[in-house]
Amino acid sequence: MRWVNRRPGRGTAFLLGAVPLAVLGLTYIIASAARHAANPADKILPLPGAMAQAMALLVFEADPLSGEYLFWADTAASLWRLGVGLGIATISTLLVGLVLGVLPPVRATLGPLVTAIAVVPPIALLPILFIVFGLGETAKVALIVVGVTPFMIRDVAGHVAALPREQVVKALTLGANSWGVMLRVALPQAMPRLIQALRLSLGPAWVFLISAEAIAADVGLGYRIFLVRRYLAMDVILPYVAWIAVLAVVIDFALTQSSRRLFGWAHGTAH
Amino acid sequence: MLSLKNLWVEYGDKIVLERISLDIAEGSFVSIIGPSGAGKSSLLRVILGQERPTRGTITLDGAPLPAECGPDRGVVFQRYSVFPHLTVLGNTLLGLEFAQSPFTARLFGAQRRAAVGEAEAMLASVGLGDSLHLYPAQMSGGMQQRLAIAQALIKRPRILLLDEPFGALDPGIRADMHGLITRLWREHGLTIIMVTHDIKEAFSLGTRVLTLDKRRHDPHAPHRYGAAVVYDLALRKSVDEAGITIDANHNNGHE
Repeated sequence: MRWVNRRPGRGTAFLLGAVPLAVLGLTYIIASAARHAANPADKILPLPGAMAQAMALLVFEADPLSGEYLFWADTAASLWRLGVGLGIATISTLLVGLVLGVLPPVRATLGPLVTAIAVVPPIALLPILFIVFGLGETAKVALIVVGVTPFMIRDVAGHVAALPREQVVKALTLGANSWGVMLRVALPQAMPRLIQALRLSLGPAWVFLISAEAIAADVGLGYRIFLVRRYLAMDVILPYVAWIAVLAVVIDFALTQSSRRLFGWAHGTAH
Repeated sequence: MLSLKNLWVEYGDKIVLERISLDIAEGSFVSIIGPSGAGKSSLLRVILGQERPTRGTITLDGAPLPAECGPDRGVVFQRYSVFPHLTVLGNTLLGLEFAQSPFTARLFGAQRRAAVGEAEAMLASVGLGDSLHLYPAQMSGGMQQRLAIAQALIKRPRILLLDEPFGALDPGIRADMHGLITRLWREHGLTIIMVTHDIKEAFSLGTRVLTLDKRRHDPHAPHRYGAAVVYDLALRKSVDEAGITIDANHNNGHE
């Protein structure tokens, strides 16, 4: 059978997907064991046991200085920043993207501005944000917002503007005005695309979050990674990176599922 | 009822339609045929209000027609006529919701129940009474066009414009749809203007067939002459529908 026609079943696909992950894990363990055989005090590739030990301190034991469970405090702080940043980005995308997509005069007025903002590398704006908003939470949230919103707006506005002209004409012949077209034709059809844009923005959002935390923070996943880097503490850095990956996958999965559940018509599923 | 006077449509220096003058009587079923690129769809879009004519006037009962689409003219396109995010019932309700609830475009309580009843009756009359909760993606092309017709008719438009509505359907379904549109045309006393590629369809459905084509042709600048109405045939349908007799043949070639 030709390879383009081979479709693995659910179980097979799961197994096939698990193989590279297992290989990666195994390769690490072998490399780590080899390094430790040569130098038992090696810090670069810690053994799983050492990682578990280091993480147990952060996960289960309160920090004697602050009395906080650092791992959970870091997670909560980072997720809060990410959530607020993406929430603001999503809401502004919906408002601006919809108006931009539906109303040609608004598109002519604001389109170039959004494009101009979108091409500025957000990290270059980080010093400005720190100067304007100080070193607190606002600057970190603002970086995420500035970083992902222009892309999301362009994506959603483009999608709305590309809806078949026939749909707008049809709505007008059904008695709609511009508001009606926006509310009943453009908005519902923009929603699945908005979730899609949000999923694609998750990666950049994490980048901006970790960058902001690395530069100025006192708690957060990115802050911790860059803090323990000074001690070459790979036994903390690697589990933190893995934890960020897990969080990202869970958020992505939740978004996909909610889109399927709420906007089944856009996914071609039975209802 | 609908009157077009000396209508020209130009895109840049390309003339699409020239000197179109027509009077369309209430209750007629006008088919428009012609070769590709002869401006059939342009003419329909102008009547619909989607496009503005470069010159000329369109009047409905003597009053100039606003150059914007509105609920007095319903339309069914070949594709994209129904909204993919609404169910059959939702698609049909939409026209009522826009009219009765300008701010939220949604209805609640007794108003909604009344609207749902009206929509269900309309859907039953196009044969979609059992498919109220399907989404367009779950339906065949023929069912989608039935829905598009129901959706347009619930607004009780004065004029129903059809842009190759059955062009994408297979022959059996197309015959069913011909029966449906003829019945609805009679029941609702509609005025229908239909653009089609199918000459047989144009003659079997229409009470009047217009043919658009270029009357003059400049081989060096083919875009400088637009299409005009070269044949205008009024048909009289005999009572038993056995055949069609051509009643008059006022070829308005050179006025």
